[in-house]
Amino acid sequence: MARDRNPAEFTKEMRKTHTILVPMMLPIHFKIIEQVLIQYGYHVKVLETDGRRVVDEGVKNVHNDTCYPALLVIGQMIDALKSGEYDPDKTALMITQTGGGCRASNYIYLLRKALKQSGFENVPVISINFANLGNKSGFALTPSLLMRLLYAVLYGDLILWLSNQCKPYEKNKGDTNQMIDKWVKELCRQLSSLSFIRTGTNYRRIVEDFASIPRVKAHKPRVGVVGEIYMKYAPLGNNHLEDFLIAEGAEPVVSGVLDFLMYCLKNNVVDVDLYGQKRGRKALCNTALAIVQHWQNKMIKAVKKYSNFRAPTPFSELVTLVDGFIGMGTKMGEGWLLTAEMLELIHSGVNNIVSAQPFGCLPNHIIAKGMSRKVKDRYPQANIVAVDYDPSATPINQENRLKLMLANAKLAEEMENTPKMVAKPLVDMSEPNQEKQPVKQA
Amino acid sequence: MSYQIGLDVGSTTIKVVVLGEQGEILYKSYERHLSRVRSLALQKIESLKDLLDGHELRIAVTGSAGLGLAKEGGIPFVQEVFATAGAVKRYEPDTDVVIELGGEDAKIIFLQGALEERMNGTCAGGTGAFIDQMASLLNVDLQTLDNLSLKHNKIYPIASRCGVFAKTDIQPLINQGAQKENIAASIFQAVVDQTIAGLAQGRPIQGKVLFLGGPLSFLHGLQQRFVETLKLDSAHAVFPALAPYYIALGAALYCEDSRQCYTYEELRDTLKRVSEIKLVPQGMSPLFESKEEYDQFLERHHQSSVPTADLSSYHGKAYLGVDAGSTTTKTVLISEDNALLYQDYVNNLGNPIDAVLRQLKEIGAKAPEDLKIAGVAVTGYGEDLIKNAFHADFGVVETIAHFTAAKYFEPDVDFIIDIGGQDMKCFKIYNNSIDGILLNEACSSGCGSFIETFAKSLGYEIKEFAKIGLFAEHPVDLGSRCTVFMNSSVKQAQKNGATVEDISAGLAASVVKNALYKVIRAKSPEDIGEHIVVQGGTFLNDAVLRCFEKELGRNVIRPQIAGLMGAYGAALYAKAHTKGESTLLSKHELDSFTHTSKAVTCNGCTNHCSLTVNTFSDGSRFIAGNRCERPVTGTAQTTHLPDMIEYKYNRLTEIANDRHPGPRGQIGLPFALNMYENLPFWHAFFTSLGFEVIVSGRSSKKLYMLGQNTIPSDTVCYPAKLVHGHIRRLIEQGVQTIFYPCMSYNFDEKISDNCYNCPVVAYYPELISANIDFPQGTKFLYPYITMNDRKVFQEHMLACLNEAGYGVTKGEMETAAAKAYEAYENYKEENKQAVQYALNYAREHHCKTIVVGGRPYHIDPEINHGLNKLFTSLGFVVVTGDCISQISSKEQTNILNQWTYHARMYSAAKFVLTAKNTEMVQLVSFGCGLDAITTDEIRDILQEGGKLYTQIKIDEIDNLGAAKIRIRSLLAAMEERGE
Repeated sequence: MARDRNPAEFTKEMRKTHTILVPMMLPIHFKIIEQVLIQYGYHVKVLETDGRRVVDEGVKNVHNDTCYPALLVIGQMIDALKSGEYDPDKTALMITQTGGGCRASNYIYLLRKALKQSGFENVPVISINFANLGNKSGFALTPSLLMRLLYAVLYGDLILWLSNQCKPYEKNKGDTNQMIDKWVKELCRQLSSLSFIRTGTNYRRIVEDFASIPRVKAHKPRVGVVGEIYMKYAPLGNNHLEDFLIAEGAEPVVSGVLDFLMYCLKNNVVDVDLYGQKRGRKALCNTALAIVQHWQNKMIKAVKKYSNFRAPTPFSELVTLVDGFIGMGTKMGEGWLLTAEMLELIHSGVNNIVSAQPFGCLPNHIIAKGMSRKVKDRYPQANIVAVDYDPSATPINQENRLKLMLANAKLAEEMENTPKMVAKPLVDMSEPNQEKQPVKQA
Repeated sequence: MSYQIGLDVGSTTIKVVVLGEQGEILYKSYERHLSRVRSLALQKIESLKDLLDGHELRIAVTGSAGLGLAKEGGIPFVQEVFATAGAVKRYEPDTDVVIELGGEDAKIIFLQGALEERMNGTCAGGTGAFIDQMASLLNVDLQTLDNLSLKHNKIYPIASRCGVFAKTDIQPLINQGAQKENIAASIFQAVVDQTIAGLAQGRPIQGKVLFLGGPLSFLHGLQQRFVETLKLDSAHAVFPALAPYYIALGAALYCEDSRQCYTYEELRDTLKRVSEIKLVPQGMSPLFESKEEYDQFLERHHQSSVPTADLSSYHGKAYLGVDAGSTTTKTVLISEDNALLYQDYVNNLGNPIDAVLRQLKEIGAKAPEDLKIAGVAVTGYGEDLIKNAFHADFGVVETIAHFTAAKYFEPDVDFIIDIGGQDMKCFKIYNNSIDGILLNEACSSGCGSFIETFAKSLGYEIKEFAKIGLFAEHPVDLGSRCTVFMNSSVKQAQKNGATVEDISAGLAASVVKNALYKVIRAKSPEDIGEHIVVQGGTFLNDAVLRCFEKELGRNVIRPQIAGLMGAYGAALYAKAHTKGESTLLSKHELDSFTHTSKAVTCNGCTNHCSLTVNTFSDGSRFIAGNRCERPVTGTAQTTHLPDMIEYKYNRLTEIANDRHPGPRGQIGLPFALNMYENLPFWHAFFTSLGFEVIVSGRSSKKLYMLGQNTIPSDTVCYPAKLVHGHIRRLIEQGVQTIFYPCMSYNFDEKISDNCYNCPVVAYYPELISANIDFPQGTKFLYPYITMNDRKVFQEHMLACLNEAGYGVTKGEMETAAAKAYEAYENYKEENKQAVQYALNYAREHHCKTIVVGGRPYHIDPEINHGLNKLFTSLGFVVVTGDCISQISSKEQTNILNQWTYHARMYSAAKFVLTAKNTEMVQLVSFGCGLDAITTDEIRDILQEGGKLYTQIKIDEIDNLGAAKIRIRSLLAAMEERGE
């Protein structure tokens, strides 16, 4: 029996006729990326729709037990197609995919199924991915475009990182957002020429600009956000977690998406070591890794040099942290990176951590919930809260758990400030670590 | 003088505490708020005027339902777990652990060492709401439930993680006649297990334990279960008299340093202002725009009725149908022309036999002498029990009974949906036979009783509650997942100012959405059908019916006897199949009918089924709860039907038991997840290297409990949870080295685009290493291994074993690897032959065959709960999908086919399409995210090829009730199709 295997493709001709819809994930990054793609002749529109309708479309079109990010992304797209704003005959969809053993690599297939069921089977889907899954389209990821996209990510990471250190402290409400807008605009302008390459100047100007925002000198508990990549960043997914934390008097610490990119490259290297796959690929990935690392280092250096802002931890350091916690062969979903991010936060003094997860996320059983105990055993001061997101999980329950984490965060800070109240040191580092040392091959 | 007020607004109750200058308790109260939080808070303060007036007041609000109140009033808020910890430090400072159960939250606080506070995750059974639900299932109030539990003599295993699972465990117990005392205690035990497993997660609960929260202070049976399970003496189990007020006390203590002071008037005015804030709730459009619209709606539905006739003046043959449902018993008696002579719909109070007995006596009393009951059919959960007790003529599968009844109202019916109190059933009809069956699962549990429980908690009777929703202005959108989520959605809606009317209509809508989008998974009205019959007691609620029609965009048929359709169908069935006489007990026999039931454990085999032995007055017995015929006939039922599940399990056990002491000592292998299929491989490998291979052995509930407290994620699948027990058993046996490899990839069987394992199977060893304490000197080896490249495999194993100090030479490694690969190939070859044998047998003996799609570890009897025996007892030959795939080929899929185990299922489905007399059943472990993808795909493959799709979800629940309905319906459908 023949089964339908000919999904609609995005052809070259469609570049002129079709509007490409992209679901929002990282608000700052995607604004820049949208402009880059427009400059390359694609009619791109990043979807910023929110609310119940998106979730409802997701629930209708995706299996009950499928992970929440898939449900939201697909819901957002179907909702847009049904809204009447876009002509389905002149619309294409674009999603990013990571591939790998996680069910997330099935997003595109789930999306196509959903499109078919909703009568939009002629709408082509463009997949941007690292593993070449179903990518035979008129969308050309040329080297110059790829480079611009990478720089967009790089700049986006910097702005995200700095803005979170400004927004909770700004004297005039809205200053930080204005600064974000200013730089998004400026970078979009630069990306149309080659001036975006001048990272040195740009970094310096960005850092100094953010440093010039008038801020109050207050001490606020810092709260790190880790999690499944969509839940970590997308406000639609995590119910505007960063805004909530700021409103509750905390400073969110959200590391950039570049780390994830490097994590994907690194996994290719590790795979060769573990499973003896193509050695050429290893060398290629190692080179790419070195280049991206160089870029990241430059950005970190600029933050340190031109401001008092805390700088991100380089990926090369992140990699070393997981030793003794989790093997680097754990590569599905966010894999060992998520554990590394938790450890990095604690190492840099951010003991309060929100782990944002889709309800029932498989890798998260291992890398987040599964590692919490080990992390807490080693660092008793760690204050980790796992928050599950789901079509029917209500903000009130999530907020309540976050509030508990915040109350503990504030208590810990009070105790730190009045040392006599501390009955015993939180961690006695002098004591030899009694933990068993499993023999490990990785 | 300065007073401190703590205001604790929980999900269902409001607690107020006033502390005086010296911290003495001046006032305390505890009452249900019936969702009128704001006005009640104001009332409370106003009623305390005499006490508060003239004092400087500090106040703090706590509890999730108090968030909105605190925010809008600018009143200090303290998170409730935090408040509890504060109160405990003040009143019981030497406490080590606090366990607190609330309406919908469960919390545990470890006070000694590193302070740790934990709350239940979003998926949360085992709380007060769960106990309420279970009490209503047993139809007793909490007090009675408590009293009953204290008189138990046996505990049944009941899943508490989820109300739906618990119901599927409890329902059969009720229907089998198990004592309520034992069920009550088992419910409490389930809560205890859930708390220990879900919350403590490996941290031992010891020292002085303080128990807080409503359920733990009111329910002595629950207290008893906790104390016994945790092995606490009276000095270490503290149930403080103030338990219900602890959170409020904590809030009162919290505001000690608050700089926000109020006079009585200021506080009153603040609360007044907050309670007067007019919230405009966001909602959906009203169900009915006008009274006229409602009247037309009623008029239309009145048309679908059945004639009635007078029982006392009827002469001739009559037919009886009994639907012994999960909570209710429905009985009808019909005449030769299908008119209703008698109907009764009664809550069976957990005792279906008594209900039917009463109904039969009632009929006997009213009926004239020359009325002859010529046929009796029983359907529903309690079918077997009732049939045996009263000697009914026929047992009918529920699906067939409902279909028969629906056809009476709409001969062209193509879709039936039945929403009852506890469960939901949908049947697609195609070619005049049942083509697909959909039942609600965990996470899609919203049914009738859920609305009823909610109505009660808001202080309404169900009928009135349904009525007020009809004309609600802004029905709220409550989502559609499970009851726990729904509860918090209601909280959220209340916070946003929804009225009870809006909530009532919203609940009706959520039940409908749950049915449409979760259970049926409808894409469009056309997808469902043109001639839809809705039935079940829940559809008698006009709000639900209206929502259903609105959401679907088309009219449906609701028979007036919507609640009696099963019984009516059974009666029609009896009429059609009667031989003229019925074997039903005579009037005289009914008068002397008695019935006793006793719980026993079967010791016939290692399954140790919990049996209920019912003895009737004529001396006949009916045994329920058994999986095989052994307890009935005294010997194992010897079906000769090939059963690959049993065959494979026995074969692997044989390998596991093959132990040879070796010079390199012992090595332990957990018999779980990726070790199932690869056991022959590893066994040969390590045996060749001179190890004595110790396999952890058979899974059981006991083994599960052994590792239960080290499970960090309570939503992971049951097969993964069992790993903890297997590892702990190996440790207990003193095995010094335990081997359990991480495997991103499985064997590449060339039937998929990649050969991944699922993330859980791939990396569970990492989780084990992080969450289980291995004793000093015990090595846990969990290298990353691939089997697809023999050279790399040898290299890595060599490094791993030599790092562990085994000094293995290259030559030894090569020999061992060769033996391992050879053993694996042999094992596969054996399976292939076994499949061929089974298929030939089925062909030669004209047996029906079930291909069971699942993972290799689904052959574990603790995971599949003996499903295979159910299959063979119904006459099926059982073959496993993973072996079938060896004789089938790669299937073209519409999704990414990249997991080895899944690829086997797709290719098995492909095989089924061309096989006669063969259907596929897919086993899905609850919580398996990957199966969200495979189930839809396999369903598509099978249905496109004209086959039936049957899915059985399995978890720790040790009960095959739902599976039985599915399989029997499948059988009935196959028979109707003439397969």
